[in-house]
Formats: sequence, structure tokens, C-alpha cells
Amino acid sequence: MAEEREMVNIYIMGKHYKVPYGLTIMKAMEYAGYRFIRGCGCRGGFCGACGTVYRKPGDFRLKVGLACQTMVEDNMYLTQIPFYPANKATYNLEELTPTLATLLRYYPETTRCLGCNQCTRICPQELKVMDYIAAAQRGDIEKVAHLSFDCIMCGLCASRCPAEIVQYNVAILARRLYGRHIAPPAQHLAKRVEEIKAGKFDEELDRLMKMDKEELQKLYNARDIEP
Amino acid sequence: MRIPYFPGCTLHSKAKGLDDSTRGSLAALGIELTELPQWTCCGTVFPLAQDNYIGMVAAARILANAAKEEGGKLVTVCSFCYHVLKRVNYVIKNNLEARKKLNDYLEENYTGEIEPVHPLEICKENVGLDAIREKATKNLKGLKVACYYGCMLVRPASEMNFDDPENPTIMEELVSAIGAEVVEYSYKTTCCGSYQILYDNDLVMQKVEEILNSATAKGAEAIITSCPLCQFNLDWSQEKILQKNAGFQKIPVLYFTQLLGLALELPQESLGLDKHYVDPRPLLVGA
Repeated sequence: MAEEREMVNIYIMGKHYKVPYGLTIMKAMEYAGYRFIRGCGCRGGFCGACGTVYRKPGDFRLKVGLACQTMVEDNMYLTQIPFYPANKATYNLEELTPTLATLLRYYPETTRCLGCNQCTRICPQELKVMDYIAAAQRGDIEKVAHLSFDCIMCGLCASRCPAEIVQYNVAILARRLYGRHIAPPAQHLAKRVEEIKAGKFDEELDRLMKMDKEELQKLYNARDIEP
Repeated sequence: MRIPYFPGCTLHSKAKGLDDSTRGSLAALGIELTELPQWTCCGTVFPLAQDNYIGMVAAARILANAAKEEGGKLVTVCSFCYHVLKRVNYVIKNNLEARKKLNDYLEENYTGEIEPVHPLEICKENVGLDAIREKATKNLKGLKVACYYGCMLVRPASEMNFDDPENPTIMEELVSAIGAEVVEYSYKTTCCGSYQILYDNDLVMQKVEEILNSATAKGAEAIITSCPLCQFNLDWSQEKILQKNAGFQKIPVLYFTQLLGLALELPQESLGLDKHYVDPRPLLVGA
């Protein structure tokens, strides 16, 4: 049994390959001979460059994963969707007000949402995409910001939307509006910036700059390490 | 008594006063509305093609989610939301093919067991007009109120099954119970022009002028409604009508829940009375 599990059959854009069991989709594609110049970024599940869709025979469900995070399975039919064309507004955040009218000025198609929920079903981050679009439709910018916080902007939601909404661009506008205009400013940060400007750490930095390599190494090795 | 509540998008934005005054008034009458944990737009417009299932998906999901809460009812006050939820529920209950299609898509097993209810029905049937009479301590005696139903609450009669569709009186009964005076007029279920406001202001202004003139001719001092779009059309158009017709008499257009809240002596600032185009406060503060 162990020997049989060493290789699995996968189909990349319909073409059959045998690849070692235990690889991620990304590594399996490289094993099969693909060389990524796009559709590959951090390889750590954060950058959203390698959204991938796949199906297994006999199962109607479209499955989804990041190529760098998802293990190959036997009989997986897959393709990467690394990029999806998106309507992307440009704006000056400082001039905007955090209102429903602002969201709809830049993304009026948001109100075309039919509530089909395909965006939520496909999200590799398991975000409640439809629910944050619903919140956007009623101008609840704070809720959009919180519900969409873990978005990696892979674009798969937009690829599935029958209303042609680009959910992740609506969401980042909401998060920007929230961060700039709604969330209370962090007082401790303002205080620290003032302290830095006033030269509180200058002396310490000067001391470090003047140290020789050996001294620096000693200091580095003896530093406090947070648990 | 707690009942699941679907506010609807407009009540979280333009019609905040309807949301606040509905929650506040019903709470004062012993009904706690518990907002559904997650909800989307109801779809706003009930699809006219029988097999336009995608237009019913959002409402069907909302109803299926309401069925997971306790109480067997779902309260909604916006006339459009109430209309869509009630009609989609009717479809799910009575059209087995549509029920199967919607459930297959949503992966639910909802059979139409939720009863969508309107706060007007709650006031009459659950709280009772006598109880309201007792709790409505603010003296509204002599305030002349015309009740405006519009289309969405009452039509189509067979599906909406709301009061008497030709001559509904449920709002008038509430007005009498809180001590104000009902003004009878003949345009209370006439369409205000609805979404035509987006395309044809003149058409809406003509409809609105007919409705308002009919009410003011009978001595009405305020109009009440439960529909955010009727409220907007009736309220916003008045300045424009006045510009065309100097003899036009303006009249405040309120949500019925704002008047109810006033009668129950809720704090005035909690009712959203400052959000109207025709300011109702000069009339009501003295009332």
C-alpha cells in the first residue's frame, strides 16, 4: 500500500501527470515542469497570488485552495486562477467620508448582489463574503472591515459573482475608510511618535552606531528574547 | 415576548428612524425584537416570472435562517421587505417545484413554516389595542392623522392576506387607540409612484400631490406610513410641488412607529424626527 501511495494522478488544466504524494499543488506543478513567473508569491498562504480551483471525479462541488497551501489528492482536476480582471477605483482617502454613499459612488454594482452566496462558498479564507457585501449595502462600514479582515485578495469571489461585483475591492475601501475615518486613533502611538521626534531614542541609537562588530554581537546574543 | 426581527437594508441607513422607533415602541409594549444574527438584502422586488428562482434565493435564505430561531415568526416593518418575505414564503409553501429548487440550491430544508408578521399585526393581535390605549399616556387628542398604506402591504390580496385589501383599517385602529383623530380620505391604497422616482419625478409628484391633497382636504395634519419609499416620495416631493404650485399645503409624513413612540412617551430624540424633509416637530412637540 505504501508504495502505491507514493505517486498520485493529477490533471493540470486537463493534462495528466503523476506526481509524488505529499506535495502542495504548487510544488506538484513545478515537479510537472511548470515554472512560475506569475501566480506565485509568498509561498506562505498570505499573498493571495495562487488561488486554485479543482474538482474530483463524481463530485459536482467546485473546491478551492491556495496552490502553496493545498496538498495534491489523487484524481484532482485543477487549474490556477492567479489573476481576475477587476474594476478598481482610485480615490484620495483623506477626502472621503465613511458613508454608504462613498461605497456606492466607487462601486455602485454592490447593490446588484442577488444573495446567491457563491462568493462565500468559494472563499479560500472561509470569509463570509456575501455577509460583508450585505453589510456594505446597508452602509455598515465597520462590519465590512471586521468581516473582511483576513481577505488575501485572491480574486476568486469576483470570478464567481453573477452580479460582477469585485468584493475584495469594496472590502479594502471599507477597511481603509474604517481605519482612517472611523476607528479611534491610537493615543499611545501618537505619544510614541512625539517621543521619537523629540529625540528620546537618539542617544541609544548613536551608541549602537558607534559600536564595533564584536560588541554588537555580544549585545545581540545577550538580548532579552520574548517567550 | 421575543420575536426574531429582520430590519432590512434601508432601516440601517436612510430609514434609521423607522428602525429605532419600531424597536423602541415594541419594547415599550413588551415585545423584544431580536435581530437575525446574519441577514442580507431581501431582494427588494418580488420577481414576477414564476421561475425566476435566483430572485427568491435571498428571501428564502432569510426565512430559512429565521426558522432556526425560536418563535415561528419573523417581524419586519419595511413594506417592501414584508412584501417580498411574505410572497416568497407563500411560494415556498404552495409551489412544491419552487420549494425543491430553492432548498436544493440553499441546502436547506425549509417548507414555509415561518410566519412573516408586520408590527401593525403585532400591535393588534399580540399586544392588543386595549393594552396600547392604556400605555399611550401622551395626550394626542385632536391631532388629525391620515393613514397611508400604499401598495406593498396589501397587494396582491390573496398572497399578502393583510387586513382588508380594499379598505384596510389596521393603522386607523392603532391611531384611535393612541388617542389621535383618524382622517378618512380616498387615496390611502393608491400607489405613490414607487421606484418611478428614479426615472420620472413628474409622475411621482403628480401621484404624491393627489394623495396629499386628498388627505389635507379632509383636515389631516400628519400622514403616517410603514414604507421607507412611500415616506421618501411623499416627504421629499413636497418642496418641488410647492415650487410649481404656490397654493400647495405641506404636511409632515411620519412612520406610524414614530407616532406610536411619541404616544408611548419614548424620548423624542430616539425617534428620528429630525430626519424629515417636512419637519414634523413643530406640529408634534406641542401635541
